Amino acid sequence: MLRTNLTHVLSEQEHAKLLQENENVMICCGRMGPMCIPVYESMEELEGEYKNIKFADMEFDTPDAKVIRNLPECRSFQGLPFVVYYKNGKVVKATSSIQSKEQITEILDEHFGNN
Amino acid sequence: MQNHYDVIVIGGGAAGLTAGIYLSRAKVNTLILNEGAVGGQMVLTHEIANYPGIESISGYELARNMKSQAQKFGCTIKSNLKITELDLNSETKKVTVNNKDVYTAHAVIIATGGKSRTIGAPGEDEFKGKGISYCATCDGDFFQDKEIIVVGGGNSALEEAVSLTKYASKVTIVHQFDHFQAFEHYVEEAKKNPKINFIMESKIIEFTGDEKLTGVKIQHQQTKEITAMDIDGVFIFIGYVPNTEKLEGIVELNDWKEILVDKNLATNIPGVFAAGDSIAKRYRQVTTAVADGTIAALSAAEFVNNIKKELLLAQAN
Repeated sequence: MLRTNLTHVLSEQEHAKLLQENENVMICCGRMGPMCIPVYESMEELEGEYKNIKFADMEFDTPDAKVIRNLPECRSFQGLPFVVYYKNGKVVKATSSIQSKEQITEILDEHFGNN
Repeated sequence: MQNHYDVIVIGGGAAGLTAGIYLSRAKVNTLILNEGAVGGQMVLTHEIANYPGIESISGYELARNMKSQAQKFGCTIKSNLKITELDLNSETKKVTVNNKDVYTAHAVIIATGGKSRTIGAPGEDEFKGKGISYCATCDGDFFQDKEIIVVGGGNSALEEAVSLTKYASKVTIVHQFDHFQAFEHYVEEAKKNPKINFIMESKIIEFTGDEKLTGVKIQHQQTKEITAMDIDGVFIFIGYVPNTEKLEGIVELNDWKEILVDKNLATNIPGVFAAGDSIAKRYRQVTTAVADGTIAALSAAEFVNNIKKELLLAQAN
């Protein structure tokens, strides 16, 4: 399990349930590495500001993370973390490698609107 | 919300957090303002094995420990914000952040650190995370049995080139000079690795691809000849640049945009000190940043105490 304060997605079933129960979802799929940690930190801070979005993480090396690794939107990705934004269960945006809080905020505002 | 502090530390890496620990423990009311994630370049280090007293620790864990230690002593830390305005020349220093909050203090310690230098060639932004990486331990395994380039000639470039041969079938080191800056043993290790070859005196001038990176254009620095090369990935380790853009014209910098300080780590502005990777110095290590943070904190504490004494004397008279 990743050492973050975010909701942890541990299985394919939990991933499906999260998407079913929440309209707007952001999942960061990574490891406890230098490119991933800043993204988790930004998400932890944004969680308090964006009440309309569910923020979660998923361990990249867990077999069930194939639900993210194998997404067509992530086909060209070669840098951790893979971050996927879902609206009503559909992928609306995906990014590869480190992103700043500013870049994440821009994506959240564009696709989910501000809370 | 409290907006006035004794000292504001700008930057939450090893130097800034150390300053926060020392100042807060000395009951100096301190705020750390940090633009990125707390920990700075330290977080980018997978394993730190030469921090005295700790045999092995990840950069992330050391940063987390320092942060929690500073907070336990009462230091306020605000991270992931953007500093929009700096007024350091007045007696009361003023720092404005992106949500328009203004923080004031008697003294400021600049510990803004550095960031990875980028090549700046067309396609670099587009293919970041899609073939271009700045972290071998993070992304190396995406290049299993692939052909990759490592750009750079310093210790990091040579060391990471060797470590990437665990995954890649072939590693080509591209370096702009005819010699390496890395320590000899790193160079030797790379030279004796059969998977590594070298392209010297050359620079990447363009990254090419479609959905992901598929090639680069390399220019020889002497002949100016341009060669196209098919490649699966490029890892860039060409050093760091100090985060001092916002300080230009405010604090005295040298030609490399590093902050000039005296032995007490005071800058040219009274009450403004600097520490860590953003100052002019030769060696940039977690331990040297920690030492800088300590010196800057003690200097700033002395400066603040003198101001407070003067204020008390003025009130008494």
